[in-house]
Amino acid sequence: MGRAWGEMGTRVIHSLRARSRQDRVVAWVLRIALASVNVLTVLIAVGLLLKSMPILRTQSLGKLLLSSTWKPLQSQFGLLPFLSGTIATTVLAMLLAVPVCLLSAVYLAEYARSRVRNWIAPVIDLLAGIPSVVYGLWGVLVIVPAVRVLGKALGYSTTGYSLLAGATILGIMVAPIIISICTEVLRAVPTEARETALALGLTRWEVTRHVVLCSSRRGILAAVVLGFARAAGETMAVLMVVGNVPRVPSSLFAPAYPLPALIANNYGEMMSIPMYDSALMMAAFVLLVVVALFNLAARLALLRFARDEQ
Amino acid sequence: MNKRRQLEERFFRLCMVLSLILVLSVLVAILLTVFVKGAPALNLAMITQTPKGGYYLGKEGGIANAIVGSLCLAGGATLLSLLAGLPLAFALQREYSKRRTAGVTRLVLDVLWGVPSIVYGAFGFVIMQYLGVRASMLGGILTLTLVILPFMVRAMDEVIRMVPLELKEISYAAGATVWETSLAVVLRQALPGIVTAVILSFGRGIGDAAAILFTAGYTDYLPRSVMDPVASLPLAIFFQIATPIPEVQQRAYAAALLLLIIVLVVSLGSRVLGQRLARNILH
Amino acid sequence: MPHIRLRDLEIRYGKNTALRGINVDIPDGQLTAIIGPSGCGKTTLLKSINRLLDLYEEVQVRGEVQIDGANIYDPKADVLELRKKVGFMPQRPFPLPMSIYDNIAFGPRMHGITGEQIRVRIQQLKSQHLVEAVVGPAMSGAAPGSPMDLLVEHYLRLAGLWDEVRDRLREPAAKLSVGQQQRLALARALAVEPDVILADEPTSALDPISAKLIEKQFRLLKATYTIVVVTHVLRQARRIADYVMFMYLGELIEHGPAQQVLTAPRDERTKAYVSGEIS
Ligand SMILES: Nc1ncnc2c1ncn2[C@@H]1O[C@H](COP(=O)(O)OP(=O)(O)OP(=O)(O)O)[C@@H](O)[C@H]1O
Ligand SMILES: [Mg+2]
Repeated sequence: MGRAWGEMGTRVIHSLRARSRQDRVVAWVLRIALASVNVLTVLIAVGLLLKSMPILRTQSLGKLLLSSTWKPLQSQFGLLPFLSGTIATTVLAMLLAVPVCLLSAVYLAEYARSRVRNWIAPVIDLLAGIPSVVYGLWGVLVIVPAVRVLGKALGYSTTGYSLLAGATILGIMVAPIIISICTEVLRAVPTEARETALALGLTRWEVTRHVVLCSSRRGILAAVVLGFARAAGETMAVLMVVGNVPRVPSSLFAPAYPLPALIANNYGEMMSIPMYDSALMMAAFVLLVVVALFNLAARLALLRFARDEQ
Repeated sequence: MNKRRQLEERFFRLCMVLSLILVLSVLVAILLTVFVKGAPALNLAMITQTPKGGYYLGKEGGIANAIVGSLCLAGGATLLSLLAGLPLAFALQREYSKRRTAGVTRLVLDVLWGVPSIVYGAFGFVIMQYLGVRASMLGGILTLTLVILPFMVRAMDEVIRMVPLELKEISYAAGATVWETSLAVVLRQALPGIVTAVILSFGRGIGDAAAILFTAGYTDYLPRSVMDPVASLPLAIFFQIATPIPEVQQRAYAAALLLLIIVLVVSLGSRVLGQRLARNILH
Repeated sequence: MPHIRLRDLEIRYGKNTALRGINVDIPDGQLTAIIGPSGCGKTTLLKSINRLLDLYEEVQVRGEVQIDGANIYDPKADVLELRKKVGFMPQRPFPLPMSIYDNIAFGPRMHGITGEQIRVRIQQLKSQHLVEAVVGPAMSGAAPGSPMDLLVEHYLRLAGLWDEVRDRLREPAAKLSVGQQQRLALARALAVEPDVILADEPTSALDPISAKLIEKQFRLLKATYTIVVVTHVLRQARRIADYVMFMYLGELIEHGPAQQVLTAPRDERTKAYVSGEIS
């Protein structure tokens, strides 16, 4: 009897010990896994940087970024046409998208009944989930011909594959991100803010403009920056409609050639030409750094906004 | 004075409604275009046959290679992400890591989610070059995993974080260890959200083209081994829309419609399934 | 001074009835305190007088709130005018995201007030004995700035905040302490020239000293404004109220002069609440 009790006691203790040891092991494994995420991030950056070292040794970064001569066969890798292509398409896309998105978000957050809001949110999510090539396809079928017609009407000779077409598609693609983040940000503004301003005899729009938008401007800016970063890195859809001519775009109806499109278009041939792969990897590295920094800034701003609103 | 202000109110309200209508009608236009173009092209032969004459030659055949390839790529990447992501999502919780570490890693994951998939594609390509591997299904799956992992981890992290502390305390009080509690209580409670995250990740994975452009390659044949190149729906659209041959373009339309249907199903399915599971688990 | 009259007021949030059968005339030029246990509908009643419930969906209002005989829930009523006439201070003060100065100037600016109107208004304020009590001698002689500066100073004085913020008018209002923010809210509400001031537990977030400051301002202001204050603190009601409304579970149980309701209530429930049995 006594022995049996003793045995059971040790067994329980044993298993308890085993269990808490298991617990500690799991905790360590998880911590290591977590650390490896951060290591991986660094690894991606370093990997691309290492691959772009060869070209950085032959030419300075400034020259690479600011020269507009792109002649791989003569080892001239000026990235300016592509940088300007990215900046032009992205900025134009934001100009097209931000006002529409902001107004939509304000409507959803301030005016729409919750039934409408709950109904529209999944639809916006759906828009965000459409694959980029499908946007591209739609752009080829609808936007490009439309831009061609518009260009002809305005006296430009254009194929339609142009800066404007790329920017339009990009604008549509970033709309769901901007709308949903802005709606969330606006709804985080406390009701007291609205009551206070409304009680002064303001209209709903005045309340929105002077109080709600003002106190959430940091969050809204973050949403726009996130949209901007997404647009700058978007590849396939833009590639399909933007024309891809390595020249600094001269008008809305001229073709452009953003960085991601450059990378995507040339992987096939880059092995055969010296330094070509290095130049492309440098382009990828530049893209990574720029987009990551924008994302970081926006995320930090959103975190700060969330903390302030509490 | 008030008249003018009321007018301003009405003007901006009109602008808002018009903006929202614009956004929604673009969505409708995209759906309509793809359905109108894709529906006639989508038939049994299209989804059961591989192309007979390459994407530059036309001839008969369908996009079975791309369908199977895409399912393999996205399925494999989702599975890998789940295997790696679930532990990571748990590791972010306060039972396992300090608030600061978790906060920084969350930020890193959010930033990674924002990194363009073409960059992951380039990175994957660099690694594969280094290892001397050519474009293959394995390469595609691994690269795609990089693309969807951050999203999946963060989505699961958010639902796991929502599990109330009280519930865990009951489990601790009953003598369970932290890890046992994570498995038995937290995982069960968070399951609907995790399922939603997995489905959504699959949707993101199957639509991505830029990451697999370098790494998975393209082929007219069904995949035979993970070391062979593999076709995919997004690239089927991308390559075949650019040809002047009508039959080949038809394949692009069909692929687009299929992809869109998959995305719709994923979007709907994640909602329905998430809610259904939630109903079973709570109470 | 407007006369506020509630007739058969019933308010629902969806299916949940928050107020029913409210009939009362709120006395002009006095301070009315609404008391009652938590959740009895005090805030709802207060907001209904300013149509702030419009912000919430699913709110149904039946019956009438008459101000000077006109029902404010009439579809043709001018809500902007109404809200200008009836000021509101929420429970938690919310400084508008701008400077202290702009917080006060904001309302008048939105209503497009001119410099001339401001001058007239300040003369009026001065002619009232109330403002003489507030405006210090330094003010009257000194060279005045723009009319808006004068206006801002006046209302900050009226809310008892001027001396604390006179040197930091351009700082963001969010930097003020909560007690100061509450007085800022009072000044901001006063600046659009309301006749009525509604305040929802204006001292609940404040320390006793800040609370006393607010009470002091209310006692001063009630000579020229109709003030309605929701309060949880019976002692506060005793200190400042002229008239008391006691509410319980969405109904108005008893109302009358403060002296009577607080010391010799007629209804059993009021008795129980006033003696501290229900809270
Ligand atoms: N926005 C709302 N939606 C639904 N119900 C509400 C809302 N606001 C208040 N209620 C309900 O209406 C009733 C009265 O609420 P109200 O806020 O007016 O009470 P109160 O007397 O101010 O309480 P307290 O003293 O706690 O502030 C409560 O039952 C409350 O649950
Ligand atoms: Mg209240």
